[in-house]
Amino acid sequence: MGEAVAILTIQILNTLLYCSVLFLIAAGLSLIFGVMRIVNMAHGSLYAVGAYVTAWLVGRGVALGAPLGWLFLLLPVGALSVALIGMVIEPLLLRPFYRRAEEYQLLVTFGLLQILEDLMRLIWGGTPLSADTLMDALPILHIGGFYYPAYNLLVIAIGAVAALTLWVVIYNTKFGVLLRATSQDRRMASALGLNVGLVYVLAFGIGCFMAGLGGAIVVPTQAAVLGMGIDALVIAFVVVVIGGLGSLKGALVGAVIVSIVRTAGIQFFPEFELAALYVIATLVLLVRPTGLFGTA
Amino acid sequence: MTLLKTVNLRKQFGETRACDGIDFVVNKGEFLSLVGSNGAGKTTLVNLISAHLQPDSGKILLEDRDITFTTVTERIKAGIARSFQIVNLFDGLSVFDNVALSIFSREGKAMKMASLAECDGNVRREGLEVLSQFGLSGKAEVPAGGLAQGERKLLDVAVAYALRPRLLFLDEPTSGVSTHEKAQIMDTVSSVVRRGMVTAVVIEHDMDVVFRYSDRIVMMHEGSFIADGTPDEIRANKDVASILLGAPLSS
Amino acid sequence: MKASIIPLQDRSLLKPAVVSIAILFVLVLLPNFANTYQTQLVTYGLIAAIAAIGFNLLLGYTGLLSFGHSAYFGIGAYAVAFTVQNLGSHSMEFYILVGIPVVAIMSGLFGYICVRHTRIFFGILTLALSQVVYSLALKLYWVTGGSDGLRVPRPTLMLGLLSFSGAHGFEQFITSYYYYVLVIFVVAVSVMWVIVHSPFGKALQAIRDNEVRARFLGLRIRQFRWISFLLSGTFTGLAGILWVPLNGLTTPDVLYWTFSGEIVFTTLLGGFRNFTGPIVGGIVFTYLRTYAVATTEYWQLLLGVVLVTLVLLLPTGIVGALSRAAERLNERRR
Repeated sequence: MGEAVAILTIQILNTLLYCSVLFLIAAGLSLIFGVMRIVNMAHGSLYAVGAYVTAWLVGRGVALGAPLGWLFLLLPVGALSVALIGMVIEPLLLRPFYRRAEEYQLLVTFGLLQILEDLMRLIWGGTPLSADTLMDALPILHIGGFYYPAYNLLVIAIGAVAALTLWVVIYNTKFGVLLRATSQDRRMASALGLNVGLVYVLAFGIGCFMAGLGGAIVVPTQAAVLGMGIDALVIAFVVVVIGGLGSLKGALVGAVIVSIVRTAGIQFFPEFELAALYVIATLVLLVRPTGLFGTA
Repeated sequence: MTLLKTVNLRKQFGETRACDGIDFVVNKGEFLSLVGSNGAGKTTLVNLISAHLQPDSGKILLEDRDITFTTVTERIKAGIARSFQIVNLFDGLSVFDNVALSIFSREGKAMKMASLAECDGNVRREGLEVLSQFGLSGKAEVPAGGLAQGERKLLDVAVAYALRPRLLFLDEPTSGVSTHEKAQIMDTVSSVVRRGMVTAVVIEHDMDVVFRYSDRIVMMHEGSFIADGTPDEIRANKDVASILLGAPLSS
Repeated sequence: MKASIIPLQDRSLLKPAVVSIAILFVLVLLPNFANTYQTQLVTYGLIAAIAAIGFNLLLGYTGLLSFGHSAYFGIGAYAVAFTVQNLGSHSMEFYILVGIPVVAIMSGLFGYICVRHTRIFFGILTLALSQVVYSLALKLYWVTGGSDGLRVPRPTLMLGLLSFSGAHGFEQFITSYYYYVLVIFVVAVSVMWVIVHSPFGKALQAIRDNEVRARFLGLRIRQFRWISFLLSGTFTGLAGILWVPLNGLTTPDVLYWTFSGEIVFTTLLGGFRNFTGPIVGGIVFTYLRTYAVATTEYWQLLLGVVLVTLVLLLPTGIVGALSRAAERLNERRR
């Protein structure tokens, strides 16, 4: 294998890796907006919580001498704990705001963001929390003359499986029909006897699960650090803006576009890589405010 | 003398022909009522003439000037103003400010930011004058959001009237108020409008009100005109009677 | 009926005028009984208040929620820093003279783009554009100093008549700068007061309340929103210009979107449906933040809790809640 081919392969794999995580965050954000019309500013922080919880659990597991294979089960546990947090937050904090002006919805989730960010600092301190045991547990692959961790492939696989599962749930199950019905017309859904409150809790829970899963699977490749959620949120915004707020397909396509621009940016124009993303988002908003696939 | 004329005006929403080739004539100085059941196309016609909607085809002429493709702002400058069926006010502003804004806008002063709105004596005089004509003087400093329904309906007309239009469209100025208030509102509106020599087109459901105040009545049904005449002529028209009976009116 | 024309104006102007003069009196005397630290804190508060009244022209009066006002604050601050670096000037008047046109042009440019949308899309557009500025400030480190930022030394005031060095330079600077900011604050608040009470300001409120009807008064909605945006960004930028010599340093943090969130927070804290709300918010927020930072390492947590509680219980902010309480008291007295 030629060196150029190897580099290209690795770049493509990196793009897919980044894309998987980004899709998980953005799809959750988009799902929550699609169903309850709330832009959740704390979504990135929930992703960070997923990373921290997982890293902490893995650390505990290692300390207790748990077998390596079992540690992988902690990934879904980290994601589930975020889902649970979400299912507490929604009825407690967000529900009073659905009928109120957007400003208040944004502000209450912004307040939530501040709280979550500092809670993470309070619980886990300022030093990065690593879970690279999981990465080291899997072999290192040789691609051309380069090394590539097999764990990254697992992340890509999990991202793909999650995308497929979400797709099936939303488009092929009864729950998906309820979800879509509620998102189309809340009052109608409620008039038809649907338990809108329950649908909201579940939708918010799923959205948070996705974010948490993103954090859980990313943390073995890069440690959990403070502020990772705040950075992730704006990038996730870019993804959903490009793809269209509230659209699952949009989140996927947006994640692909952003990942490619990012990988290429880091390679060719590192100074303007971030700026390019925001400029793209701005242009999409101007030309097609509903994004490539949005209907909202 | 003709003030406004539409030629073969058409507007379709999906399969529904809201305006199916309307030839509408408004004469200078008249008080005209546009009647018909819900969905007859009355509001669509007003929306087309006030540039709230673009027609699919046809022409709108104001004193022989083609205004079909002009913007809302241009039409207001040309002298076409309107009120809305559902009260459309600036609830956070005082009653006086609601009317004053029309005057500022009309006089091209709305962009002025270096002087206080209250200190413009001419606007203040004229605004209070308009309010007194509509019997709202006592409420000048109350926020518009705090008015009773009947007063809101009057203020809605006053805001449009303060633009000093030549042609004023009023979309159901008495909807949502009691029968007693209806007469009061119509008394006020018709006397102000007639005194100000403003041509008015009123969409109205209540036939008693229509017969009492109008010079001329035009009836619409399923996007077309089916009758046009004085109150007496309309009363005698059998088509009108059958449609009124066939499609009982909500009010 | 005619008699009501004149007294009406008097009644609406007298009470606020008396209260403002009383507050101004206290502010003028403040350095006599407050120490340097307190004076400095109030200066920060006045600057935050200028930023917030600028922001509130857009939120409270035009009905547009910007989540990118950090951009204009930061552009103001960086404009001063660049002036120091490249033109070698230390005159505060020169900073303002250079800074104001820069922020006005930038907010005019960004505003022109952003007012094409309203509601959530407007918010995201402002956020995205502010992030463009942020990422450039972070990445173009050879111009902007990257995450280390740029230093801004103590400037001279009044065309170089007042300069501050030597043993008591800092104390003298703080006191003088306090008065300097106070004067600009009074001018800024007065200008903003006239703007929101002008025909233009009334038109903005009309657009906020009812866009469709405003259009049918013949108002060109987008143009009004654009000018409002430009003015709003310029006021917030002025705050950035005044802030940077006091802080001595500007970093990309003041451009980051969470700082925009703080401006929103400030305004809401005071109350965005009031003219005085953002002013009160600016000063209270500065104190709240300073004391939160001083008392606990987890001040952000504290602020978050305050924000959530505020939105839940006091959606009209401090001033809104106070004026409602006063109204109730009045009613009871009757």
